[in-house]
Amino acid sequence: MKSLLARGSELSSSKEQFRILSEVSERKALPLFAEKLQESGLFPLFPTGVDILQVNVGKLCNQTCKHCHVDAGPDRKEIMSKETMQECLVALASPKISTLDITGGAPEMNPNFRWFVEEASKLGKKIMVRCNLTIVLAGEKYRDLPEFFAKHKVEVVSSLPYFQKRRTDAQRGEGVFDRSVEALKKLNEVGYGVPGSGIVLNLVYNPGGAFLPGGQSTLESDFKRELKENFGVQFNSLFAITNMPISRFLEFLLESGNLDSYLEKIVTSFNPLAAAGVMCRNTLSVGWDGSLYDCDFNQMLDMQLEGEVTKISDFNQASLDKRKIRLEQHCYGCTAGAGSSCGGSLA
Amino acid sequence: MSQNNTYYHPEDLKKFGNIGEFGPDLAKKFFDYYGSVFADGALSAKEKSLIALAVSHVVQCPYCIDAYTTDTLEKGATEEQLWEAIHVGAAIRGGASLVHSVQALNKVKELGI
Ligand code: SF4
Ligand code: SF4
Repeated sequence: MKSLLARGSELSSSKEQFRILSEVSERKALPLFAEKLQESGLFPLFPTGVDILQVNVGKLCNQTCKHCHVDAGPDRKEIMSKETMQECLVALASPKISTLDITGGAPEMNPNFRWFVEEASKLGKKIMVRCNLTIVLAGEKYRDLPEFFAKHKVEVVSSLPYFQKRRTDAQRGEGVFDRSVEALKKLNEVGYGVPGSGIVLNLVYNPGGAFLPGGQSTLESDFKRELKENFGVQFNSLFAITNMPISRFLEFLLESGNLDSYLEKIVTSFNPLAAAGVMCRNTLSVGWDGSLYDCDFNQMLDMQLEGEVTKISDFNQASLDKRKIRLEQHCYGCTAGAGSSCGGSLA
Repeated sequence: MSQNNTYYHPEDLKKFGNIGEFGPDLAKKFFDYYGSVFADGALSAKEKSLIALAVSHVVQCPYCIDAYTTDTLEKGATEEQLWEAIHVGAAIRGGASLVHSVQALNKVKELGI
């Protein structure tokens, strides 16, 4: 499968995605997300601060998952430069930011990825990497990634949509499950997920279709039992994350005829408790070209920050703390049911 | 009369909450009870959902089949678990018919020479 962009699909444009979401919302008389927030006394939505700097170092990826909100893939060429990474490091030095969260694409495919991790590590910040697992087996130059991560005490967060082959491969590509398990074993070998090792491996569960993630703790115990019994694999925590109705998951929803019911479902499952804790409130998202966004989803929809600061090179904590978070209908994905963020359920 | 002249309509599932329109007190009692039944307890909410899926097939309620197929998937059940639950329902239903054949058997013996 190729990215939407490479296929010349209309859905690769954020304008078209907004058009579809608002068309369904109007036809189904779904309330605007902003209206719903207003009912909970949360509108306009302000940040609580910038605790996490989430840096998307590029859209290049060795996989082309069906649910990808980035429209990443081997055919994408957007890559963050070393200069922009340097600008991110300057911002990261701010004492209020505790964590660097590196995402992509497959972030490890950025040629300056390791340098970036090493420099961030010198700043003494917590570093997280969104590792898709199969990259560890994608060639000689990636083979020592587990050791490299362990050396810098990087927290590894890896998507494994399900503990069985069929549903995982359907979502992320043929053979992805077996290779993911192999990569997990390699991470376990250097201490990841092993109690007392001091290095953390968290997994991400995404529903394998047009339904929401249920209780995170039940899922976590199912994943732990099944992965341990069947493959001898261990991990720390499971984050249950809702699929966002944008980009390639939006394509799936349209093609499978599930779009209307999925949107209705996330709207009717609106949870004010989750709304209060959405990740855009404590996270700032940086795009491959240094542009700033409230979150990785807004980034993929080209919803750049409004206000004085729009580039990481102009990072200014006080000004960023005052900004209003930009909200659209896809935001319902963060507030449905138990809520969803990069760190899993919210309520 | 529903718009497309059928008794069952998928859209109607969403209106289940409206059944209290002409009798809110009993509806509230029912929904409170329903909520408590499906909460985590000695059985997990996922196990209860699988039981509900089996029962939906036995009572052949299309709304419940729709709701509990989705619910079991949301709770992380495997397709194998869904189908085993459905077969449990089917087996009890089949067994419940067949066990009555003991009555037929008795009658055959009673009537025979
Ligand atoms: S979901 Fe992750 S691993 Fe899959 S294509 Fe997108 S960026 Fe790559
Ligand atoms: S999609 Fe982004 S902006 Fe919207 S609620 Fe979620 S994190 Fe916040």
